[in-house]
Amino acid sequence: MNQQGTNRVKRGMAEMQKGGVIMDVVNAEQARIAEAAGATAVMALERVPSDIRRDGGVARMADPRITEEVMKAVSIPVMAKARIGHIVEARVLEAMGVDYIDESEVLTPADEEFHLLKDRFTVPFVCGCRNLGEAARRIGEGASMLRTKGEPGTGNIVEAVRHMRQVNSEVLKVVHMSDDELMTEARNLGASYEFLREVKSLGRLPVVNFAAGGVATPADAALMMELGADGVFVGSGIFKSESPENFARAIVEATTHYQDYQLIADLSKNLGVAMHGIEISAIAAGERMQERGW
Amino acid sequence: MKRIGVLALQGAVREHLLAIEACGAKAVPIKKPAELIGLDALVLPGGESTAMRRLIERYRFIDPLREFAKTGKPMLGTCAGLILLAREVEGYDEPHLGVMDVKVERNSFGRQIDSFEADLEIKGFDASFNAVFIRAPHIISAGPDTEVLCEYDGKIVMARHAQFLGCSFHPELTLDYRITEYFMKMISAEIQSLQA
Repeated sequence: MNQQGTNRVKRGMAEMQKGGVIMDVVNAEQARIAEAAGATAVMALERVPSDIRRDGGVARMADPRITEEVMKAVSIPVMAKARIGHIVEARVLEAMGVDYIDESEVLTPADEEFHLLKDRFTVPFVCGCRNLGEAARRIGEGASMLRTKGEPGTGNIVEAVRHMRQVNSEVLKVVHMSDDELMTEARNLGASYEFLREVKSLGRLPVVNFAAGGVATPADAALMMELGADGVFVGSGIFKSESPENFARAIVEATTHYQDYQLIADLSKNLGVAMHGIEISAIAAGERMQERGW
Repeated sequence: MKRIGVLALQGAVREHLLAIEACGAKAVPIKKPAELIGLDALVLPGGESTAMRRLIERYRFIDPLREFAKTGKPMLGTCAGLILLAREVEGYDEPHLGVMDVKVERNSFGRQIDSFEADLEIKGFDASFNAVFIRAPHIISAGPDTEVLCEYDGKIVMARHAQFLGCSFHPELTLDYRITEYFMKMISAEIQSLQA
């Protein structure tokens, strides 16, 4: 008996991405550059986060033509973004056969109260989180992969670091709690008791957790691995840099060899100019993408 | 104690390390060619074969891995690892390592939405094996010295050729260690033949 869309199949796909870099692309040419550089997957979208931030307006699922073009261009998995809570965008992406859907705060939310019930889909989902409570709720809805949110489109790693440290310190706390403390912790985090028991028994999150939102250099990618990320999403950091080919390749290598500092020094030389960054305090609180979702 | 390397450039490295340790051997993650020295066997894990290939080239792993294969030491490839081992990859002019006498086709069961798990009957196993297929390849044809160990839906999904063991699916995603144990027996036999 052949079973599709099981947790094992959906989570397993993310396990195969570990140690890798998933790159945002807006057309076939960028997708081919990403694949040639060693990306483990690409994320097809209409505008990278820094352009979304600059242009404003409502950010939606990409034109299916772009996603199809990317799917035809590469043999590695293709992910695509749907708005938070937008059931139909997600169903459309599933019907098109994308390999993973990112229910993403980078796009303008379609629903400010309810995230997608991802369990209902055969295609797997990745979702953003800033802490263990958000992680628990997304997994509870059926997410098969997580990424810490960071602050997309800024080229500033500070929020990605904050969120990765937060999630991992909360995991560690749960792992070391006694069983009789778990229910209170579940209430405090807004997580289910069963989820915390699972985290405690596994000693880690039950799904892969990548870093996202602010990676702009090879050293940034290596930093996130050092802090316990399973891999890295790079949005604007590659195709908004001076030399996408160089940055893509160097970020892939730095992710694999994240503790080889001499190597990271070598591959950071003469890369060209990284994307221009934004100081987080310069972004009005209401415009911070990480505040979207709950 | 056996020392078994797991190519650790990308993919399901941790799971293979745990499976090897659970079978009573020392597991060693391998990120640089020099680390291949002193191993009794090597696992090429599941992951993205295209990404692994880039890193293999970049870190000059191709020749050291082919040399390793020539020593007769066992190598296990799961999913992407099978693609790396294969003599021929459908639709590509060149193979990766090209050491195992099988021809494989990538993503031959479809995209992620078509990925599945199924119970397999594997030759020599006394009970079925729950296998996870993720954007999996399959073996289109096997050479005369390659033993087919499992077929699913008319497709070869596990085979052995000399010291090479390959499967389309991911034994590392389950806690059933019988395939790692099978590999351990291959390693013991190889060590004994070297001592004899």
